[in-house]
Order: sequence, then C-alpha cells, then structure tokens
Amino acid sequence: MNNIIKVKNLFKKYGDFIAVEDVNFDVEKGKIFAFLGPNGAGKTTTIKMLTTLLSPTFGEIVINGFDPTKEQEKVRESFGIVFQDQSLDEDLTAYENLDMHGMLYKVKSKDRKKRIEQLLNFVELWDRKDELVKYFSGGMKRRLEIARGFLHNPKVLFLDEPTIGLDPQTRNHIWNYLKKMNKEEGTTVFLTTHYMEEADKVSDKIAIIDHGKIITQGTSEELKNQTKTNSLEEAFLELTGKEIREEKAKNFAMFKNKKFHR
Amino acid sequence: MIAIYTLWIREIKKYYRSKSRIIGSLGQPILFLVALGFGLSPVFQKAGQGNYIQFLAPGVISMSILFMAVFSGISVIWDRQFGFLKETLVAPVPRWKIMLGRTLGGATVAVMQGIIVFLISFFAGFRIYNFALLFITFIFMCLIALIFTALGTGIASVLEDMHGFQLIMNFLVMPTFFLSGALFPLENLPKVLNIIVKFNPLTYGVDGMRGTLGGVSQFGLMTDFWVLAIVFIIFISIGSYLFSKIQI
Repeated sequence: MNNIIKVKNLFKKYGDFIAVEDVNFDVEKGKIFAFLGPNGAGKTTTIKMLTTLLSPTFGEIVINGFDPTKEQEKVRESFGIVFQDQSLDEDLTAYENLDMHGMLYKVKSKDRKKRIEQLLNFVELWDRKDELVKYFSGGMKRRLEIARGFLHNPKVLFLDEPTIGLDPQTRNHIWNYLKKMNKEEGTTVFLTTHYMEEADKVSDKIAIIDHGKIITQGTSEELKNQTKTNSLEEAFLELTGKEIREEKAKNFAMFKNKKFHR
Repeated sequence: MIAIYTLWIREIKKYYRSKSRIIGSLGQPILFLVALGFGLSPVFQKAGQGNYIQFLAPGVISMSILFMAVFSGISVIWDRQFGFLKETLVAPVPRWKIMLGRTLGGATVAVMQGIIVFLISFFAGFRIYNFALLFITFIFMCLIALIFTALGTGIASVLEDMHGFQLIMNFLVMPTFFLSGALFPLENLPKVLNIIVKFNPLTYGVDGMRGTLGGVSQFGLMTDFWVLAIVFIIFISIGSYLFSKIQI
C-alpha cells in the first residue's frame, strides 16, 4: 500500500472534552481525500495535528513517512496548507507573499522565480502580482493562498474549507486548479468542505467525521449505496443527523479560547 | 540564515510602507523635546546642571527606540489575529529562527526611528562634541532596540489579543521610560527610586548613550554595555522559548 498519510488511533482531549476520538484513516498517494463533517466535528483539530500545529493526546500519525510529533521539519517540508481563515501578509504584494514563502521553504532563487510566475499565471493573478494583498477580494486572496500552498512542490496539500464564502465562479475555478495540480504534479489533496456537491465531484475517497469519531469512509458511490440515498448531501444528513451543531461548536471554541491561546 | 533574513526584511518593508506609523511615532519625542526641553531648561540651568536639551536628547532618543521596539515585538499579536503567524509556524524553519528574524527586523526598525529622532534633536539645539564616539552611541541604540523588541515578542507570544495592550503600555513601557534616568539625573535620588532605576535595563542604555554623546556616564560605558548585553541574552532566550510554545 502506498499511503502518504496514515492515522492510527488518534485522540485529542481538552480536559474532559474529547475533540477527536480514536480516528483511523489512510490516504493513498496522489488521491484527493475529502474529510467531511458538521461544524465542531473535529476536522480542523485533526488537520492541526496532521500539520504539526497541535500535538495529539494519543495516537500515531505518519505524513510522507515522517512523524509530526518528532520530525516536525521533515513533515513541514512535505505539506502545503490553505487554512480556514486567511493567512496572507496584507501589507505585502502578492509576489512578495509568494517569494517569502519560497524563501522560508528554501526554494532556490532561480526556481522560485519560475515557479511563482507559473503559479501566479495558473491562478490568473500574474498581472496583479505587484499589488498589495489588502486590496484583493476574498476570492483573489484564496487563489493566491492556493498558489502559495503549491509553491514548494509539496507532497500533500491540506485545504480547510477552501471555498467558504466564495462565489460559484471562484469555487469552480478553485476546484479546477486543484484537480489539475493533482493530476499534473501528483500532489495528494486532503480537504474539508461543507459543499457536498463539490466534495462529490472532486474526491476519490471520503471520510465522514462526527462528534470526533469517524462514522464511515469510502468512495462517494459506496456512501450513497450504504445509506440508500441518491446524493452525497442526503447520505451525509442520513449519517450525521439533521440537528444543528452550532451550539456545540461554539462551546468548544470558547473552551479552546480559554485554555489555549487562540 | 535565509529564514532569518526573510523575516528581517519583512519588518523593514512594512515599516517603510507605513508612513503614517513613522510620522505618527515622531509626535511624542518632538513633544518631549519641545515641552520638557525648553520648559525645564531654565530650572535645570539654575540648578547648575548645564544645558537640559543636551541632557534630555539621549533620553528622548532612547524613548523613541523603546516604544518602536516594543510595538514591533508586539506585532506578533496582529499577525496572530490576521492569520499570518500560522504561515510562519508551519514553515520548515525552527521557531527560534523565526523569533530571531522578527526581533532583528523589529530592532532595525526601532534604530531607524531612533536615528530620525536623533536628527530632529539637532533642530532643538542638541549638539555632538565627539564624533568619534558616535559609533559606540549606535551600538547602545542597537542594544536598547534588541532588548525591547525581544521583550515585546516574548510578551506577545503569551497574549491572545490586543486587550492586554493598555496594560503593557501603562505598567511596562511608560514606567520603563520614566524610571530610567531619561528625564532626570540619577544623583541624589530617593532610595527606593534609586533601586528601581538600577533594575531598569533602559537606565543603562540611556547612560551609555549620554556617556558617548558628550555627557557624563554614571556607571561607565563598559558596565552599561555588559548589563545590556546580558539582559538581551536573557530576554531573547525567554522570548524564543515562549514563541516556540505558541499553539494556534
């Protein structure tokens, strides 16, 4: 098996609250993996543990052959990430943001230049490369972040709700970029989203998480067959129930705020 | 090295681009030079202490460095709020290098601000008598900047948001400035004040600058230098530790 991400018996506890409970999954190299779940299900916490930002309470993670708790730098070199909230430096230009990223990831000056030009053209921002990011729209910032995520040729790209709050045109573009890069460069993509249709369209494999536990995983077809539904959205509701999760998510966020300096 | 350079140049670019920040933070030093410099000059003269502007200018230059340095350090909080901090925390670079790059950048910016105030003080009547010592003045400026940027970064690493900002201003930055000998001579101070002043690293920075700018150094330049150097090493170590513990 050629699994680039391996997660075994992963737990994350905050006091009595169990944010992630006995999570197990593997992601095959070169595939697009969707990690779906309602608000507060534990998606972002899991991503943080996979990307060295949080240490697990218990369990095993392997990313590209490395352990995020012990070989942080090796793991960090292996992945790119597009966070749920924006993470650009708005006082710098689009080009400078990418250039700085390339320097931090030790991409050589010559390669950096070429790669930045290629990626900025790819996300259609090359002609605005010298503008300060603070004058960009939400969609442009997102595209820039995606370009940045690919800049150092990562083996895995993590995307935490990359299309949230964007218009259908931009969303469509973003999925096209991702699919194209996945195909052309073989980058494994790990994503979360609330747009089931999009997950259905792009992903090779889907895992559904709720209350910190993985309920089921498989291809979109398998999930639909399993729940005897016609769309992934219906399957998702069937599996996770119809009650609204906001309350819980909020409490959890408050708890996190208190305990950990967010 | 390249990581440290990257974060250093970022601070410089941001400083250079925020003209309002540069000009805005000149207001206070100018006010001090004019109001205190000219206002207290006659009293100072009468007390037999000589020219007050000559005495005050090194203090005001240190003040501008102090403020700029602390603000630069504290910008970690802004980066946390605007998300950019995460980008540097997942980069394959040891945290201490990120901290060091930020600190060097912030300190450079603070020294540049100090140099601007230095130039302005000439208009208020400040004069240099020994140009040969100017280089040593510069070293003291750098040390003040480094110490307080490291301090600001360390504090910002444990703060969640800007709510603690007022606290830092009123209980740390202001007392550091006022209780440093920037405004008054250190001779014949009341006992308690004398002790507080001696525990304040800025005191040695101001003393060193004053010593090299034609005034009299209270502690001796070597003492000033070593106290500052040691405080810097302590602050940058603690700051790096706190920075490396940041969880998002």
